Amino acid sequence: MGSRLLVVFGFLAAIGVAWHGPFPIFSQAVAAETGQSGRVPVPAPARGKGDACVADTDFMRRNHMAVLNHQRDDTVHEGVRTKRFSLKECIDCHAVNGADGVPVTVEDPKHFCRSCHDYAAVSVDCFQCHASRPDTAAMSVSPDEAAALSLRTYLAGVTR
Amino acid sequence: MGRAMVRIIYREIAGGAAFWGPLAGLGLLILVGLYSAWYMEHYGHIVTGMGNRIVWGIPHVFAIFLIVAASGVLNVASIGSVFGRVPYKPMARLSGLLAIALLTGGLTVLVLDLGRPDRLIVAMTTYNFKSIFAWNIFLYTGFLVIVAAYLFVLMERQMSPYSKPVGWFALIWRVVLTSGTGSIFGWLVARQAYDAAIMAPLFIALSLSLGLAVFILVVWTICRWEGRELGSGLLSRLGRLLGIFAGVVLYFTAIQHLTNLYSAEHWGVEAFLLWDGGVYPGLFWLVQVLLGGLLPIALVFHPKTASKPGAIVSAASLVILGGLAQLYVIIIGGQAYPLVMFPGMEVHSVFQDGVIASYAPSLPEFGLGIGGVALALAITLVGMKILRFVPQSLADKTVDPPPAAAEAKAA
Amino acid sequence: MNKLGDTERPEVADAREQTDVSRRAFLRAASALGGLALAPGVTLYAFGQEAEVRPADQAVTSQHRWGMLIDAGRCGDGCNACVTACADEHGWDADAASPTDAHWIRKVELRDPEGGLKRTLPMMCQHCASPPCVDVCPTGASFKRADGIVLVDKHTCIGCRYCMMACPYNARSFVHEPLADQKPYAPRGKGTVESCTMCVHRVDEGRQPACVEACADTAGGAMLFGDLNDPDSEISKRIASYATVEIRADLDLDTGVRYRNI
Repeated sequence: MGSRLLVVFGFLAAIGVAWHGPFPIFSQAVAAETGQSGRVPVPAPARGKGDACVADTDFMRRNHMAVLNHQRDDTVHEGVRTKRFSLKECIDCHAVNGADGVPVTVEDPKHFCRSCHDYAAVSVDCFQCHASRPDTAAMSVSPDEAAALSLRTYLAGVTR
Repeated sequence: MGRAMVRIIYREIAGGAAFWGPLAGLGLLILVGLYSAWYMEHYGHIVTGMGNRIVWGIPHVFAIFLIVAASGVLNVASIGSVFGRVPYKPMARLSGLLAIALLTGGLTVLVLDLGRPDRLIVAMTTYNFKSIFAWNIFLYTGFLVIVAAYLFVLMERQMSPYSKPVGWFALIWRVVLTSGTGSIFGWLVARQAYDAAIMAPLFIALSLSLGLAVFILVVWTICRWEGRELGSGLLSRLGRLLGIFAGVVLYFTAIQHLTNLYSAEHWGVEAFLLWDGGVYPGLFWLVQVLLGGLLPIALVFHPKTASKPGAIVSAASLVILGGLAQLYVIIIGGQAYPLVMFPGMEVHSVFQDGVIASYAPSLPEFGLGIGGVALALAITLVGMKILRFVPQSLADKTVDPPPAAAEAKAA
Repeated sequence: MNKLGDTERPEVADAREQTDVSRRAFLRAASALGGLALAPGVTLYAFGQEAEVRPADQAVTSQHRWGMLIDAGRCGDGCNACVTACADEHGWDADAASPTDAHWIRKVELRDPEGGLKRTLPMMCQHCASPPCVDVCPTGASFKRADGIVLVDKHTCIGCRYCMMACPYNARSFVHEPLADQKPYAPRGKGTVESCTMCVHRVDEGRQPACVEACADTAGGAMLFGDLNDPDSEISKRIASYATVEIRADLDLDTGVRYRNI
């Protein structure tokens, strides 16, 4: 029983080593498979707005989750609403338009986050609660209108 | 002087159709439970009968039943280890196994009913220690570890001197745990039916009663299936203890309601629960008090029935039924009665203020609850099969040999 | 009520107020416009409530304590402006009435059985200083911000609904089904608990909660928002000048929302 287990385990270990390890012939074959031949989709995220992201691509690829997690705690608990790592700002810049010119939601595979997350098979939890596209109506009022509204409210309050 | 030392032999239960058949049935119920949980999580709680007024429903009735019974079923072991009652010692191992099994079943139901069960890791790593609920999470998981340790010292011969201190520790942990479960409701100032210090001792009494009832059912069933003797004297003894515990539950219930009835502030909720609340008074008087309290007490103490195993087992089943009804009245009845935000006023709103909330339990809720019970029973069954939890015999002369025989032997 | 604190008939009070309004409004509007012109970054908070809006990178402190004062006497029977405004702002349905539908704010109708007097008032999260919902939350998702606003951190909420059991005002709702196209500044999702946030996203920008704005703009002007920690704020001055109550005051929760004429 024990020796049988050892044989099976050893076989699997050998395959694993061959796949990744010092025998390039296997990993090259894999690379060719997943490369430009098209058998496995390679993520091709759409370009965001503007010249560059708020941090360089390599940093964002590895750390966007940590950065978002930190920002969300700052925003929710401390009321810090800096724009650099705000999820809303990310979505505003990285919105991908569908055929009708309207930004797609996370249901659509073209959504920016899905283009990498589908490939990596890492589920994205954010959009159960967060809107996955910019609010086309933006704020319910423009900033100037908002200030005027607030002023009218204040006046109505004090002059009663 | 002392009792003859009869060595208790424990043996695994037999395999075969008698094991795999029930296990398959339980497995099916567990699958139904898992499917119900997935269904509720995938479509949201809108598929259940729970809403914004009745936020805890049938799954919670089952979960709290299992958790409360888990704490109480260990009492059989405590009576043996801590209080030194010899006839209870052979049953200690099974009592420990049942404690682990019932608690696991209860926790599973509770966790799978969460709005975000995928955040279980968050629940286990982020604590607000002002919350009795947070303490309960800690107490429940700790209980599993402690009972595992208790079973180890009970089952490993060399560790048997430690069974008393570990038994004491488990007893104290259990009292804290069950008081905590009662305080989940008792510490809610907002609701008329809760906000009472007596909820903690009421739940302690409920745990002792329900735990022993479950134990009686399981030990009687497994002894019958395996053809192992269960002494009628032992069973009657357990029955009488069950009667005492059921009586204590009735006592605390009576004190809770009498106290509420004395203050005008609580007349509304008491009238609702005890008189005109529809299903709640029915469950309270008929199922909880009569079927679940007075009838079992009569069965276990009346001379005509006290020595009959059938009567004891019936009493245990009735106590369980009464316990479920009591939890339903507490958990759901307590939520159905509206909050009193404007005392003396008639209140009306689109958010069901001021009205009795209606609750119609749905199939997924029952599926989940029963799945949890099935999980607990399956763990017990598998445990009894793999390890030596069940004594070869629980005959009266084995567990409680008469002292006269010992003296005759010594002479 | 007039300046002497006597209750007036509504038509008399209105007529008197209109003259007051026109006089004082002119003066205030003039200075307000001047202020806006001079300091574009400063909003109405320059007028006795807060020196300026807190910068985005600065954490909130307990310097302010946000609260509301609601005058049930000015609340119109059948008026739903506050509810509609909140619903539009945050993306829930104001007209939905099933037990599983969310209500961050609702109109409550009271009727005194002795004599039949009816009143109506809006009911929302009371933003207590000692919130029972915060005490009972097992993960600490229900929390009180430093400036007194009670919120649910939906990243940590496991959806156990214990806070809903504990809230003395039934202020919280549970999201019972999957949601889509949420408002970007008001994330809400299936399986978590939510309640009135006192429009924290607006407050952080120096604006007023949507319900207060709607009531002032289009309805009876029954709601007032302000800083309870600032003795010169309008809300503090009013609470100091006439009797206001907390709902369920016997629970001693020190709510941020106070009522008048209930």
